[in-house]
Amino acid sequence: MDLLSDPDNLDLYLTGFSWILRLTGAGALGALVLGVILAGFRVSPIPVLRGFGAAWVNTFRNTPLTLIVFFCYFGLYSTLGLELSEEIDLNNFWLGVVGLAVYTSSFVCEAIRSGINTVSAGQSEAARALGLSFFQVLRMIVLPQAARAVIAPLGSVFIALAKNATIVGTIGLAESSNAMKTLINDNGSQVILIFVIFAGTFAAFLIPTGYLFGWLANRLAVKR
Amino acid sequence: MTSVAEGEPLIVLDRVNKHYGPLHVLRDVSLSIDRGEVVVVIGPSGSGKSTLCRSINRLEPINGGTITFDGQPLPAEGKALARLRSDVGMVFQSFNLFAHKTILENVTLGPVKVRKRKPAEAKERAMALLDRVGIANQADKYPAMLSGGQQQRVAIARALAMDPKAMLFDEPTSALDPEMVGEVLDVMTSLAAEGMTMVVVTHEMGFARHAAKRVVFMADGQLVEQAPPAEFFANPQSDRAKDFLSKILTH
Repeated sequence: MDLLSDPDNLDLYLTGFSWILRLTGAGALGALVLGVILAGFRVSPIPVLRGFGAAWVNTFRNTPLTLIVFFCYFGLYSTLGLELSEEIDLNNFWLGVVGLAVYTSSFVCEAIRSGINTVSAGQSEAARALGLSFFQVLRMIVLPQAARAVIAPLGSVFIALAKNATIVGTIGLAESSNAMKTLINDNGSQVILIFVIFAGTFAAFLIPTGYLFGWLANRLAVKR
Repeated sequence: MTSVAEGEPLIVLDRVNKHYGPLHVLRDVSLSIDRGEVVVVIGPSGSGKSTLCRSINRLEPINGGTITFDGQPLPAEGKALARLRSDVGMVFQSFNLFAHKTILENVTLGPVKVRKRKPAEAKERAMALLDRVGIANQADKYPAMLSGGQQQRVAIARALAMDPKAMLFDEPTSALDPEMVGEVLDVMTSLAAEGMTMVVVTHEMGFARHAAKRVVFMADGQLVEQAPPAEFFANPQSDRAKDFLSKILTH
């Protein structure tokens, strides 16, 4: 009974999920921006940029997120002294966002690149034949069409990002999985209920998100 | 061989070579096209005629030889290449209209983004061009809502909107249903009559006969023969051309 009636527990729970929401939002934005730039690199005519994009994707896609987030904390912050906020919670939050964005950007890049491959080569040829630059072709012709093909897979990437955000708990942010651990420690007899509540909350947010992306993908599908 | 000359050459290919891996698709092709001239390139599939056409605006980079457009060698890349391409209109076999843009936007994109024209001005000119090719009433539709023949006429309007110095047509009617070929060829014929410099890769022998100043016959990556159409169709010189014509003209 304690578990559900104690206002401190509710506070833990709400704080935990508000961090998850913020990590997901900021991480998704960062990953999207980075991912689009990287995808641009990977299809560019300049070999150095293509190489950089490929190296980035292969490095961060194949490194466990826990390691990346640890590196952000112990490497960037503890060792190299990169402080993103004077407030300890916010500092951990932003370090976590950096880790999540860098990691997720490699998946976003690959999703967008596969989207670019769905746009027929004739589209960019016609655009180049008009005298548009590589950057203009990418921005005006290729990416808008690729984006529509990429909405559904991007949805999966962002759903994974929301769940991955719990890993930022390992560097001390009181997000949902840390909140859950605290609650389990204090309420050992109600472990199952705690699990169900936390898993249920994720499901309650993410299942509709999945449907939203599916609906968007259908609505914006390219007419050919 | 060039019997009809008007003004100085606009496009000059000099011993152009192109390889796709081990495949030698253009072999020492030399060709000079004068301002205002209409050259039709014919030949069996795989003869390199599309590659030839696409090399003129460097959609296909070449491996050897030189191509000169309006007195300048083709730039290899960057702004200079983009500028050259903006002066050369291109019409593709598969139309390649921008699928996510309306017909009108397809025609105004180049003038606004490349030529930096004012949108209102570009729109007015685009509507005039669409009117000319008979599609003005479809301006707000998307390409997928138009027939193939209509899409190809829009593609021609899109290229004309850049006020090109020359137009390249890469098998413009090959993807069309037979009843739509005529409407596209009509537009092309009127362009030719107005003095547009045109390079047309096609299988439409009727168009070659009545609109071309010169027919260029290619086979196996080589430019085998060139002559005014009447001469070429009546009296082909090479065995390859005789063989090709006998196969297509007997039906």
